[in-house]
Amino acid sequence: MERIPILRMGDLLLVTIQVDMHDRLAMTLQDDLTERIVRDQAKGVLIDISALDLVDSFIGRMISNTAAMARVLDAQTVVVGMQPAVAITLVELGLTLHGVKTALNVEKGMALLGKTHF
Amino acid sequence: MSAAFSNAVVFETALLERNSRLRTARATLPLRSDEDVVGLRRHVRERAVAIALSLVDQTKLVTAASELARNTIKYGGGGEVHLDVLEDGYKRGVGLIFVDNGPGIPDLDQALRDGFTTGGGLGLGLGGSRRLVDEFEIDSRTGEGTAVSVVKWKR
Repeated sequence: MERIPILRMGDLLLVTIQVDMHDRLAMTLQDDLTERIVRDQAKGVLIDISALDLVDSFIGRMISNTAAMARVLDAQTVVVGMQPAVAITLVELGLTLHGVKTALNVEKGMALLGKTHF
Repeated sequence: MSAAFSNAVVFETALLERNSRLRTARATLPLRSDEDVVGLRRHVRERAVAIALSLVDQTKLVTAASELARNTIKYGGGGEVHLDVLEDGYKRGVGLIFVDNGPGIPDLDQALRDGFTTGGGLGLGLGGSRRLVDEFEIDSRTGEGTAVSVVKWKR
């Protein structure tokens, strides 16, 4: 089955979404991430969406839900690299990713997760 | 076109008669699965690039297409989408018509309101995608199906 790889780096989980996700793939990623947070006892999740040229309501909801689930499991989530056109569209669509931390790039995202020395 | 989409022809004709514009480069794609939605996004992006829509407008149109395609599959039980490049004088645009043979939408005003959903989603599909395009028309008949027509013009 098609999956988006999740990398572990210390107590962080890193995900780079590089494919145009269909809905099932987005749900699989959400399930995999929550599973891995517990298994790897991760404290932070960094999701890089710089390669995504579209975030619709389904993907947006997946991101919000993942961040909420991570929070309940004692991990922080940061979404990094959103393209400007995607941000404009997302807000006009009516999605604000409430409760999701964001950063402009991976480096700033790492800093937000308290990881400055790599 | 298969007999299964007889309603589609009826709907589409009504929508097309109201909008008598030159339509070129027509394509019709089935909407049955998650993968079909991804395929549609790619086709819409190609057409948006071909008429040189700005990156923001491309993204808005592709996002609206993604929302409406999901509605067609989830609430309409599947259907199809027609893609056109439109010409109106010197203006060019991309037009999409989503058609399904589903149960129809009993209360359109309610369905277009943000936050209204019968499917456990966010309820942003219809109202949200209307904000992302320049023209938005919907024709829904209870027990027969729904057709949604959207257009994004090149600025």
